Amino acid sequence: MPRPLPRFPAEPRPMNPYLGGALAGLLLLASVVLVDKYFGASTTFVRAAGLLELLFAPQHVTENAYFQKDPPRVDWQWMFVAGVMLGSLVSSMLNRSFRVTAVPDSWRDRFGDRPGLRAAAAFGGGVLAIIGARLAGGCPSGHGLSGSIQLAASSFVALACFFAGGLAMARLLYKGK
Amino acid sequence: MDLLWGLITGVLFGVLLQRCRVLRYDLQLGALRLKDMTIVKFMLSTVVVGAVGLHLLAALGVVAFSVKSFNVGGVIVGGLIFGLGWGLCGYCPGTAAGALGEGRLDGLWALAGMVLGAGLFAELYPLLQRTILAWGDLGKLTLGEALGTGPWPVIAALALGAILLFRYFERKGL
Repeated sequence: MPRPLPRFPAEPRPMNPYLGGALAGLLLLASVVLVDKYFGASTTFVRAAGLLELLFAPQHVTENAYFQKDPPRVDWQWMFVAGVMLGSLVSSMLNRSFRVTAVPDSWRDRFGDRPGLRAAAAFGGGVLAIIGARLAGGCPSGHGLSGSIQLAASSFVALACFFAGGLAMARLLYKGK
Repeated sequence: MDLLWGLITGVLFGVLLQRCRVLRYDLQLGALRLKDMTIVKFMLSTVVVGAVGLHLLAALGVVAFSVKSFNVGGVIVGGLIFGLGWGLCGYCPGTAAGALGEGRLDGLWALAGMVLGAGLFAELYPLLQRTILAWGDLGKLTLGEALGTGPWPVIAALALGAILLFRYFERKGL
């Protein structure tokens, strides 16, 4: 009889972040050379919102100024974001680090094991994050990676603001911890 | 064809993010709490390799640039709002999708919030265009142009800064 697998097998060691980051840099370069696409993620969420709204209020979508500029459709970036989800799923299944979890460890240490509270924070933070990213014209992918490798001034200022806001919120939430 | 390339590139990027544990709330907040710099190491490594490679490829004439315009109000106000949301949520748009992929249900809540927020943004867009986005635009400016040095001194400074920062992180065990 085969030995039963432990219920939670030991997680594999992570990849070195310098190596992973450098490989991500090469992947970004390959994408730019081969298909002329820079990484980005935040516009996909406006397109997803527009696609959902099309189901209920198509008239409203065609009249909206933003959707006229950027029509809701599934494009390269949409599939890129879907691919990140799929790649993470496949990778975590293969190396057995896939876990269904509702509350991250460090959040639980600070705010207790309350999935509702964590869900509310993730949801509210998500609303703010995407509004900010679209205002700024990009997120840590579009500005942080794609913009900064081109040495875009806007991207370096955006990155500084991302971290300034993030450090302030982390301080507020975890003050003295 | 574009769609297939998008999916393939996304899958490979997702695998790298997952293997380096960048998709975890604990590590995203670890950076913002200045306790664990894994995500900064990952991101800066991508930027240095990408910046050197992109400018070499540009010298060969095989890549096109796509610099984002510097809308002053949008970048500064939007960047700060993004940061506050990121600190609360613990994921950025790309990592929220990846976090759900490795089973993190708060990633799903983050994605839902981002879709709602994106819908709100589209509604607010005309108002934002008249206000924050109307504060001035410096155009598609790069640091090489702004400093008048061309790209290479900026890239050298970026690489040197990254290496010094990495050495500091490793010395402090961050």
